Amino acid sequence: MSDWSQAASNRPAEDLAPPIATATGNRGLQIEERLIFEQGSRGRCGVDLVDPPPFQTRLGGLERQGAIGLPGLSEPQVVRHFTRLSQKNYAIDSGLYPLGSCTMKHNPRLNEKLARLPGFADIHPLQPASTIPGALGLIDMLAHWLKTLTGMPAIALSPGAGAHGELCGIMSIRAALEARGDRRSRVLVPESAHGTNPATAAACGYNVDSIAGNSQGRVDLGALQAKLDTDVAALMLTNPNTCGLFENEILEIAAAVHAAGAFFYCDGANFNAIVGRVRPADLGIDCMHLNLHKTFSTPHGGGGPGSGPVALASSLARYAPLPWLVHGPDGLELVEHKVGKAQQAIGRLKGFHGQMGMFVRALAYMMSHGADGLRQVAEDAVLNANYLRVRLETDLSLSFPGPCMHEVLFDDRFLKETGITTLDFAKAMIDEGYHPMTMYFPLVVHGALLIEPTETESKASLDQFAGVLKALADKARSGDAAPFRAAPRWTPRRRLDETAAARKPVLRWGPEAVDQPAEE
Amino acid sequence: MRYLPLTDRDRGEMLAAIGVDSIDALFADVPSAARRDGLVDLPRAMGELEVERAIAGMASRNVAAGSVPFFIGGGAYRHHIPAAVDHLIQRGEFLTSYTPYQPELAQGTLQYLFEFQTQVALLTGMEVANASLYDGATACAEAVMMANRLTRRGKAVLSGGLHPHYREVCETYARFVGFELAAQAPAPGGGENLAGLVGRDTSCIVVQNPDFYGEIRDYSELARICHDAGALLVVAVTEILSLGAIVPPGEMGADIVAAEGQSLGNALNFGGPHLGLFASRDKFVRQMPGRLAGQTVDADGRRGWVLTLSTREQHIRREKATSNICTNSGLCALAFTIHLALLGETGLTRLARLNHAAAVALAERLERIPGVRLLNRAFFNEFALRLPRPAAAVVDGLAEKGVLAGIPVSRCYPNRTELAEILLVAATEMVTPEDVDRFERELKEALS
Repeated sequence: MSDWSQAASNRPAEDLAPPIATATGNRGLQIEERLIFEQGSRGRCGVDLVDPPPFQTRLGGLERQGAIGLPGLSEPQVVRHFTRLSQKNYAIDSGLYPLGSCTMKHNPRLNEKLARLPGFADIHPLQPASTIPGALGLIDMLAHWLKTLTGMPAIALSPGAGAHGELCGIMSIRAALEARGDRRSRVLVPESAHGTNPATAAACGYNVDSIAGNSQGRVDLGALQAKLDTDVAALMLTNPNTCGLFENEILEIAAAVHAAGAFFYCDGANFNAIVGRVRPADLGIDCMHLNLHKTFSTPHGGGGPGSGPVALASSLARYAPLPWLVHGPDGLELVEHKVGKAQQAIGRLKGFHGQMGMFVRALAYMMSHGADGLRQVAEDAVLNANYLRVRLETDLSLSFPGPCMHEVLFDDRFLKETGITTLDFAKAMIDEGYHPMTMYFPLVVHGALLIEPTETESKASLDQFAGVLKALADKARSGDAAPFRAAPRWTPRRRLDETAAARKPVLRWGPEAVDQPAEE
Repeated sequence: MRYLPLTDRDRGEMLAAIGVDSIDALFADVPSAARRDGLVDLPRAMGELEVERAIAGMASRNVAAGSVPFFIGGGAYRHHIPAAVDHLIQRGEFLTSYTPYQPELAQGTLQYLFEFQTQVALLTGMEVANASLYDGATACAEAVMMANRLTRRGKAVLSGGLHPHYREVCETYARFVGFELAAQAPAPGGGENLAGLVGRDTSCIVVQNPDFYGEIRDYSELARICHDAGALLVVAVTEILSLGAIVPPGEMGADIVAAEGQSLGNALNFGGPHLGLFASRDKFVRQMPGRLAGQTVDADGRRGWVLTLSTREQHIRREKATSNICTNSGLCALAFTIHLALLGETGLTRLARLNHAAAVALAERLERIPGVRLLNRAFFNEFALRLPRPAAAVVDGLAEKGVLAGIPVSRCYPNRTELAEILLVAATEMVTPEDVDRFERELKEALS
């Protein structure tokens, strides 16, 4: 989940950092690293390629003229450059990554190894079916696991990420409504929803109608019922929701939605909290996307690739996007066109067949855990979040009392009259060696701090983290605001000016310097 | 379970600290009717060895491209990936980090995205590129929607040379997002009159270069005609390596380029994950979809990078966003950036030339086979052949003999009998002279 741009103010910080006195600007292990375009030299190359034998080109006179402007670097320069860049990143591998709604859990390396097997990585999506039975078998097995865990009869596998899964789901719902001649114009979205939900509904031609939450951080059933009518196509609900709470009236919500002839879409971003313990089908859900890069631990990779399969109820299954994988007389078959049973499919949402590399990783993750381990995942994720809740509820301001699910929501009341904002507090965490939690989201509380520790943190790790947050909260309350406003001080860069970046965008390195002499 | 650090003792202590007597108490908000007490009907946990054995068993049942003479392209290309690429993208600081929303903790990701954007802009000949989309097909649909917003028109014309998957994705989006498409019939031999289709309601013309059948064309005149009519030219590129050899879309007057970047740094992966590239003119940047990394300064005045122009995006703008996209293809973009950094100007142009040479050599051999006709006048590393009989059966037959011969166009257009005999064949630097000999021999035999 994302942080929120109101967090991007960049007020002048009082300079508490020691002066940077090194000649290079480097600070020990923090090495300044210029762009590849500022290091390259014409004629140097990091890949040795033979020259082709002389031949007559057949490019139709459209040969590219003039230099492209790409820098030339040797392999050691490239390896050093990207190694240095990597050292400017925080990562799960290096520390607790408590971003709420993002599920930053350990990424097993076995999964990386298996996804790189030539039998998966080096096969083409348009090879003859006879040459890929193992690939189709793996997809079928993944679908079986996901269907069993969700209780839903069909899985659409092609969406490229969660938001793409949302599109798949809302398009399927609209197709089902159109098939029954039912033109509806609104989609209901709780105000606590991820930004992708309203963006998806709008992209599919619906008006977005926001529903208020109640004082317990959940959907207000009365407010929902008041808005439900025959013009509502769907409710899009995240459960557990973005306040980290299970929608305890979900069965009533589902019944009300269905009574209005609408569909119940669930944003499955938080499936990690209930996997193996609760099946979405048993909650009355018609359609739910699963973020394989959250619950099933395929690496986030600095922003993707993800994978967003969508579980569909039988009322929506026939609208699932192409391709379909079906059991035919000769074994598994890919259905790539709107023929036969797939005549009502919404069509294709992505090139080829989906994120195979992510499928392999997710299946390896699921098989490693098994039915027992996946249930333990949900339980430990919830246990860890609740442990942090009780460790921190007297130091930070808990937004909603009582047990939470896999993430716990605080707000900024504890910073009242300190002159310190949620942003300042988060940046101070960076100096303590932690990635901040999700800030300013969800929008239903002021200055939100949403913490999701995940099940792959140890108790000692949680104790240490809670200790740091408590110490920072104490320091904030003591009235010492300056270090917070100046934070972070120990990162490769201090607070960055996002306003200036947006006012006069510089989105690429300038070509005017291409011919400048290379520096080594 | 090897990935779960809590011991039963930890769990007991933590439950006590929370003040509940069992984990079930923390799930009390789940309606009792929906609680499952037992395990779901799936196998139990497995060790690393057992999982590896089971999944490697599935992998071994597939014919890997590297194990046979291989000539398939059609929007996914097999190229050599230098070993350093995969090593570097597996560094945990790249692999296991999140979207760079906290820029002070993600300067590494942000800097490579800035480098990536610059590389993509240079390659395509455009002014600005974003930080990636899912793949080329979705980038193409996003390009059409962006053109609709920019022109305030609602009808896009798709060339028959556009990859059928790109066309189909555009059709799906068109139906539900609500815009019109005029998709032209498949055009293996060319001869489309796209200029004649530019009308007052046309938001854009979408062409592909090289097109699905491998043909390279100059779209400069079409760009001029589009602009005169207030429409935009969108150019799709499914083989990004081609831009190391041919005039880039930007120099032909393209307004938006939607491309597939898999060829650089990324394996075939059975079609995903791949890498959507998206480039445009500076003046259109505020209507672009997806993330953008931008340059700025920190509190000490030092150069640094942030995600910028976020007011286009869903997490800020919600239902008014330019796209609903959130997660993109970050790590695939990194692989692309590293591979292209290794190649540089010299390596890229030489690799492109090697590909073209391989394809020319293969075409010359195959078009000599009686009954086989080459349909292209100009091509890069892929071309279309008309065979004397349906291509699908020929491809299946050759697969049985251990040659992956290309794509029968009927796989994408099963109902168009006029395309049944057309075979798409690609040759990259990976093809050896022995592969070519074998292909020629087997094809000759299959057609005799």
